[in-house]
Amino acid sequence: MISEAVVDLSRWQFAATSLYHFLFVPLTLGLSFLLAIMESTYLMTGKEIYKDMTQFWGKLFGINFALGVATGLTMEFEFGMNWSYFSHYVGDVFGAPLAIEGLMAFFLEATFVGLFFFGWDKLPKWQHLIVTWLVAFGTNLSALWILVANGWMQNPVGAEFNYETMRMEVTHFSDLIFNPAAQVKFVHTVAAGYTTAAAFVLGISAYYMLKGRDAAFARRSYTIAAGFGLAACLSVIVLGDESGYTDGEVQKAKLAAIEAEWHTEPPPASFTAIGIPDQEKMETAYAIKIPWVLGLIGTRSIDEPITGLTEILEKNRLRVREGMKAYGLLQKLRTGEKTPENIAEFNRYKKDLGYGLLLKRYTEKVTDATDAQIESAAQYSIPRVVPLFWTFRIMVGCGFVMLGVFIWAMFASSLRRCRQTTLLKWSLYIMPLPWIACETGWFVAEFGRQPWTIAEVLPTFLSASSLTEWDLYISLSGFIALYTLFLVIELFLMLKFIRLGPSSLHKGRYHFEITQEEGVSHV
Amino acid sequence: MFDYETLRCIWWLFLGVLLIGFAIMGGFDLGTAILLPFLGKTDTERRVIINTIGPTWEGNQVWFVTAGGALFAAWPMAYSVAFSGFYFALLLTLFALMMRPLGFDYRSKLPSEKWRSNWDKALFIGGFVPALIFGVAFGNLLQGVPFHFDNDMRIFYDGSFWGLLNPFALLSGLLSVAMLTLHGAAYLQIKTEGDIQQRCQKTVMLFGIITLAIFALAGVWIANIDGYAITSTLLHDAPSNPLKKVVEKAAGLWLSNYRQYPLLILIPGLGFMSATLTILLSKQQYLKSAFISSSFTIAAIILTAGVSMFPFLIPASQSINHSLTVWDSSSSHTTLAIMFWVTVVFLPIIIIYTTWVFRVLSGKITLAHIQNNDHTAY
Repeated sequence: MISEAVVDLSRWQFAATSLYHFLFVPLTLGLSFLLAIMESTYLMTGKEIYKDMTQFWGKLFGINFALGVATGLTMEFEFGMNWSYFSHYVGDVFGAPLAIEGLMAFFLEATFVGLFFFGWDKLPKWQHLIVTWLVAFGTNLSALWILVANGWMQNPVGAEFNYETMRMEVTHFSDLIFNPAAQVKFVHTVAAGYTTAAAFVLGISAYYMLKGRDAAFARRSYTIAAGFGLAACLSVIVLGDESGYTDGEVQKAKLAAIEAEWHTEPPPASFTAIGIPDQEKMETAYAIKIPWVLGLIGTRSIDEPITGLTEILEKNRLRVREGMKAYGLLQKLRTGEKTPENIAEFNRYKKDLGYGLLLKRYTEKVTDATDAQIESAAQYSIPRVVPLFWTFRIMVGCGFVMLGVFIWAMFASSLRRCRQTTLLKWSLYIMPLPWIACETGWFVAEFGRQPWTIAEVLPTFLSASSLTEWDLYISLSGFIALYTLFLVIELFLMLKFIRLGPSSLHKGRYHFEITQEEGVSHV
Repeated sequence: MFDYETLRCIWWLFLGVLLIGFAIMGGFDLGTAILLPFLGKTDTERRVIINTIGPTWEGNQVWFVTAGGALFAAWPMAYSVAFSGFYFALLLTLFALMMRPLGFDYRSKLPSEKWRSNWDKALFIGGFVPALIFGVAFGNLLQGVPFHFDNDMRIFYDGSFWGLLNPFALLSGLLSVAMLTLHGAAYLQIKTEGDIQQRCQKTVMLFGIITLAIFALAGVWIANIDGYAITSTLLHDAPSNPLKKVVEKAAGLWLSNYRQYPLLILIPGLGFMSATLTILLSKQQYLKSAFISSSFTIAAIILTAGVSMFPFLIPASQSINHSLTVWDSSSSHTTLAIMFWVTVVFLPIIIIYTTWVFRVLSGKITLAHIQNNDHTAY
């Protein structure tokens, strides 16, 4: 058995590196589309200023993209480096979408991104526009495949355990692709990316207007960002992925934990807006409840119940016991007692094998588990409520604040009245919110999946590689040192180019290049 | 459509194609980055060198990313054993590779000399370290890796990082650096002119000879290191379980494939021939042919390692029966079949649009080009 410290450190490293990676991904997802929209406008109107916009926001895109690429490689390496048992146990299923992501999406995005930057003088306008759209398409396609992989970790459909190979194997690949958990996640994640990019462009354009510089450039960017952002932000909220939380048992547990839904209540369930959840007592103090809302967003119906944690726990106690039987039978099959009865019995219980594996935390043999150990394993199968409850509310709160600003910005821009100091200040100050929402969103989705790496199939504590604590200390400090340095450099460059603004294009018609402001409004 | 045994062979080939694809496409990027501090004497010259690969290196590196993904999808046990076993080697590779996107994009964004020379160093590291470690990894694969499985198929690595740095592995590392440097120089002399081009030509000569010498030395050495062979029966279409066979380990066994199929000797033969040809063609100013020839050199050298080891993917040096082979460590029949079709459809499409992009970006990078595009070039 690998030590708990190694598992914890492996988790810290994975969480830190993926959260870090996810600082850059949403902006790439959204900004690539904004660039495509700006360049399309350039072709339709023929106005040079839209080309300048594409190139300037493209510069910032490039600075961000480089770090996204650099830190994305880490993710592919870490599955094998730190989670080798996971990689063996589910590689047959989980590896496929990753490989397809490479073939279908990464090649597309990476091959054309160079042409986006260096093809302006080498391609006819319309061909360059196609290149830009292909980059946007490629980045979004890669999000699709990574979320098919991730969706399968949340709700592992279309695969079965094979005792001969000791791993999960694909049975129906189409189920993986059409996994509801994956579909909902994809829409939610890319829409979050669009919102992030819109808030980024909105905030920086507001900064230029507040400074009274590059008026025409800033106003046009602001208008596009406001429209795109409003549509995106509405999608994130309306298509919020709570609806995906009813597919799969672990998803249900996650939903119940997010909402501190301790007991199943008669449908439609009410939504606990705020309160102080207590995992020990399984109740929420000072809860302010809004009737109907949770049932509506969770099940899109008024007659389906939202399962409460008590009921889930009750069910899991049984499943741990069934899992013990499955594990016992598996040992028999592995040592060669492949009688038809054993195989039939194993097939009957194997869907609970994962719950049996949870017992490995308490006893190596599993089949000799005591009642107390079974109870501990069942308790362990329930996610921790407090962190999920709060991070979820932070995410949603950020979403609604942004929605408000986008609505305001949209109205003001369509009335050509976006140059009001209060609105511009709000636009600037909400800039960190999409990142906070994205990071907390990641946390809700992945911490809410615990104690599993693959829901109901493989516990996290079994998934890690057999490394030593020191291995992890060294690699983790390496990551922290390098990633901190990278972030400092990136922010430094980003801020420098934001401050330079479109004058960094050296077109000779922007702030710092001309003395007279408004000299650009005729362009 | 295809039976399990055939698909396993196809996937061995596909992995080879992707690795060779990376070594050829990503290889000249790595080689060019290695040459950067030596062939570029001024800032503008260094920018010329960087911009020969700047717009395309990103797509080229995806060959590596995809080879990793394909290893995960088609050979999950090999992926798990290699990545967890070579933990620190891969960590170093990763840290070095991270320098590349930042180096290319950030280097010329600021005029400061110190800023730029630091990124030049980073780019060099990003080329040299991965090239070295990939070779060292191959050298270790050829000798076997100290790992074993327990009954639940959990992997244990019984060696250390320093154990990877043995003489034969280091020689393989140098071979990898030499052939990729050769390849980088062969590419660079197509894309440049004048002084840089002349320096490239000398480099092609030098590293062509070094590659030939190390490849020959490795060939002699490999006859004397322990190879592996399966001695029990092993069904080629059974579910993947690497614990069910008997393996022997003895010097010279890596040559047994050549003894059985003498024609295979053409593969290392091609390596020697095309390396020599690269030097000659470059001397005669047939630059594009020289580049194609150096691509063949790389393909032949990698294929030589693969063919010598077949059907082994990762031999286990201590618990030798746990070795991973083509017949007992693949994904399921279904997954191999699905991934086969995905690859067959998408690989040609990738090759088509990559060719188009290279055609758009063809032509030499000149000093004047850099001076005229001071703010947009890398």
